[in-house]
Amino acid sequence: MSNTGATAREPRFILATDVGSTTTKARFFGKVDGEWRFLASGEAPTTVEKPVEDVTKGVRNAVREVEELTGHRILDDSSEELGFIMPYLGGKTGIDVYVSTSSAGGGLQMLVSGVVKSITAESAQRAALGAGAIVMDVLSVDDGREVYEKVNALRFLRPDMILLAGGTDGGDKTHVLEMAEVIAVSKPRPRFGVSYRLPVVYAGNRDARGDVRKMLSEDFFDVRVVDNIRPQIEVERVEPARNAILELFMEHVMAHAPGYEKLMRLTSTDIMPTPAAEGLMMRTFAEMKGVNVIGVGMGGATTNVYSVFDGRFLRTVSANLGMSYSIGNVLKEAGLENVRRWIPFDITSDELMGIVYNKMIRPTTIPMTLEDLAVEHAVARESIRMAFNHHKYLARELKGVKKERTISDIFEEVRAEETYIDMRRVDYIIGTGGLLSRAPRRAQSMIILADAFQPIGFTYVMQDSVFMIPHLGVLSKIYRDIALEIFEKECLVPLGTLIAAAGVGTVGEKVADVTIEYSESEKEQVELTFGSVVKIPLSQHKEVTVTVQPTKKFDFGPGFGKRVSKRVRGGVVGVVLDGRGRPLYLPQDERERRKLLTSWYRAIEAYPKEFLDKLG
Amino acid sequence: MSEESFAYTPGLAVTPLTYITRERTLPIKGETLVSPGQRVDFDTIVGRCFLEGSPYIVKVAELLGVEPEEVPRYLRVRVGDAVRKGAVLAGYTAFLGLIKKAVESPIEGVVESFSELTGHLTIRSPPRAIELRAYIRGAVLKVVPGESVTIGTPAAFVQGIIGFGGERHGAIELVSSSNRDVVTPDQIGEHHAGRIIVGGSLVTYEALEKARKVGVAGVVAGGAKITDLERILGYRIGVAITGRENIGFTIVLTEGFGRLPMSERAFSIFRENEGREAAINGATQVRAGVIRPEVIIPREEKALTGELGSLGEGRMKVGSVVRIIRYPYFGEIGTVVELPVELHKIETESPVRVVKVRLQDGRVVVVPRANVEIISE
Repeated sequence: MSNTGATAREPRFILATDVGSTTTKARFFGKVDGEWRFLASGEAPTTVEKPVEDVTKGVRNAVREVEELTGHRILDDSSEELGFIMPYLGGKTGIDVYVSTSSAGGGLQMLVSGVVKSITAESAQRAALGAGAIVMDVLSVDDGREVYEKVNALRFLRPDMILLAGGTDGGDKTHVLEMAEVIAVSKPRPRFGVSYRLPVVYAGNRDARGDVRKMLSEDFFDVRVVDNIRPQIEVERVEPARNAILELFMEHVMAHAPGYEKLMRLTSTDIMPTPAAEGLMMRTFAEMKGVNVIGVGMGGATTNVYSVFDGRFLRTVSANLGMSYSIGNVLKEAGLENVRRWIPFDITSDELMGIVYNKMIRPTTIPMTLEDLAVEHAVARESIRMAFNHHKYLARELKGVKKERTISDIFEEVRAEETYIDMRRVDYIIGTGGLLSRAPRRAQSMIILADAFQPIGFTYVMQDSVFMIPHLGVLSKIYRDIALEIFEKECLVPLGTLIAAAGVGTVGEKVADVTIEYSESEKEQVELTFGSVVKIPLSQHKEVTVTVQPTKKFDFGPGFGKRVSKRVRGGVVGVVLDGRGRPLYLPQDERERRKLLTSWYRAIEAYPKEFLDKLG
Repeated sequence: MSEESFAYTPGLAVTPLTYITRERTLPIKGETLVSPGQRVDFDTIVGRCFLEGSPYIVKVAELLGVEPEEVPRYLRVRVGDAVRKGAVLAGYTAFLGLIKKAVESPIEGVVESFSELTGHLTIRSPPRAIELRAYIRGAVLKVVPGESVTIGTPAAFVQGIIGFGGERHGAIELVSSSNRDVVTPDQIGEHHAGRIIVGGSLVTYEALEKARKVGVAGVVAGGAKITDLERILGYRIGVAITGRENIGFTIVLTEGFGRLPMSERAFSIFRENEGREAAINGATQVRAGVIRPEVIIPREEKALTGELGSLGEGRMKVGSVVRIIRYPYFGEIGTVVELPVELHKIETESPVRVVKVRLQDGRVVVVPRANVEIISE
């Protein structure tokens, strides 16, 4: 097992890896002149499948690249097996800490079950997602499926783990036992071989614990009992279930992935699922600053959304919404028109589908033309929008009785009153993932995040410079301050402040008078009109006071027509005034829409001028 | 300045002769029916196993309207009993026969368990026999008794980029005279039933529909429109995990979606092997552990043994033949003329590692290394 706990003295050099489903990414950090710095990165294909079924090989290749780039010796080459020179030996030799995250082999894939879909099943889903799992299916007594359909789902899906919840403590236990019975008879086969007993976390009615153990035979299942996730209808306690999932993830899932046992021996703390580590970093940041944060991790296969709202943390993983393997599915779920609405030029359905589906089958290719790039950016907006809807669907107050929903509803718009995430009070939006990190212009990330999340009022937008949030998340478990220092200084690129209005108007109509006060003597007045975006260049090191006096149809946070004044910070993009309304206004007419889109992209210089000039 | 470089995208294997092995694995332990050295044909059954039947939970307590602990009193069957569909599992008569209640078995099977906690019976349907076919024609190389059989053969081998439908076999027949031709329905006739037809750059919806109607085993082409494929499948494609489509035949696209000429190399392999029996499989999985669709044309008369090397994963160097796999040069084939070390700003303004490629028409273009694949030598 891993040796938990950190070395006593403060480390000098830290190595972190993320073993992703396709690429293993090594990040190397060091203390230089008294400050923690990101020093280098190395990447190599993940080696979890044939012909090289040993993750340590991919880790070695990625670390080797770091060595080549820095001249710093990290790998202990004295043996065939992966090893690191630990601790740091002085000069350019050795490291003090090694940590890792993993989403190899498709991450942690779970099936959750509860009694009532909108009560225990929903809480179970939150617990599983909170542990960084991909939820493959949600079963409940009232999910509308016949018993045999549930059995078939269980047999077909081959989950890594099952979370079984249901019933309040002391309440009726028949229904939760009914679900236990479904699991017992279907004997789901786990992904990793026959010798493996399927882990089941039981977090339901405490009175049914003995019965559940009796039903789920030890020959097939490894049952772990934890406190009830809903001890009472009005109380949700997901932490014990979440922790049990993470423990079982280490014991079972990771231990059965090829080479992980070796890797686990080398890490200074337990390996975490990538989304769990990413979420932990966002949460640590929000708690330290005492702010509300929404984060998004855009992967090739999944889109993860995180929120810390009034201290409440929620993480969701939307499987099959992503920018490479899952890009076709984004188009399928969002619909062609929803993707096309962000594209500033004429494109036929066949052309659009050709670009998207050819990317799906050749996921490592990158856009060569600006048209292609704009198409990917359009898909990204929809991927985040739908993942955020999924997130808001679970970011709701607890309710005993709810409106019935089906699983296909989760990407539908969630009404503002149904979620506790108030878009007027989002202090920070943080984006990470390849598409954002690799966007040729930072303004592209800024407008993608603005369009997808559509915050209201004053929101500071940041992005990951080179994918390292998961690395810092797992590091924060043992060196919180170091992780935070690197996170703020080296990891986050400050894009700038977005100031946006809620409300609807007609294009050209006045939204607000905006005053930007650089100093007592230097002020700038802007009349923000409906359907427009105005960029005010301001560096990340500068702050200004922005005062907004909206007309009575618009709201910048405190209410319609209400004046608001705040100190705001610039960024690599600057301060962006967004007069496009909420919900964001896009004309039905194709030509009008393209004209408006082009004007926004021009205003924030999202794409080269010559390209936009060609569009008209 | 140039260097060698790994292509980011492993190229697809397209080779006129190699040694192919396929491990055929039973989903659960069963029996293997062949022995090493034995010759097998496409349809030879090489293994067999019995998959446990589906369980069916019968809610006896609820159906009888009694408490779970009372159910045993009314049971007419015991765990282990074989029951027919409609057989009475439990029941009672009361008030001198005025009230009768009976619970019947919804399926034929065996009583697997009874739970006193829920008062439910589980009936499991009879096991289902699964027969494992050889899939390719060749010689049995290795047998893991009860688990798997490995078959090998010298063969011409063409990997596609995406496919639909599972394992089938049939004789190869070209329906296009060049790799650039479009396959239309008039080129397909009744005589193509059971065959694998090969076309050029595009197979239209109408042609696919005709192919299905006449009962071809497979269709291979450079490309097809995604909308046409979705019409054939009857649903919108989400993620690229395919192979289980129930469309009656198998489709393999060698280049991608749209009108894309099949690579000359692949087309000439099919031309050389016209009339020969081949195995085709559309199963695709574009994720870690990539699975690509394939056509395997056994050439047992050729003397070749041993494992197939790492097909399609060569290093890219000056002189390598590559195919560009992204717009605006999608499908173009060319020769690497330079592999600049320094990052290059492409049209999107992304600084990326690039490769200079001389296209077949003589133009030299600069493309990201991520956007080319090496064509197997």
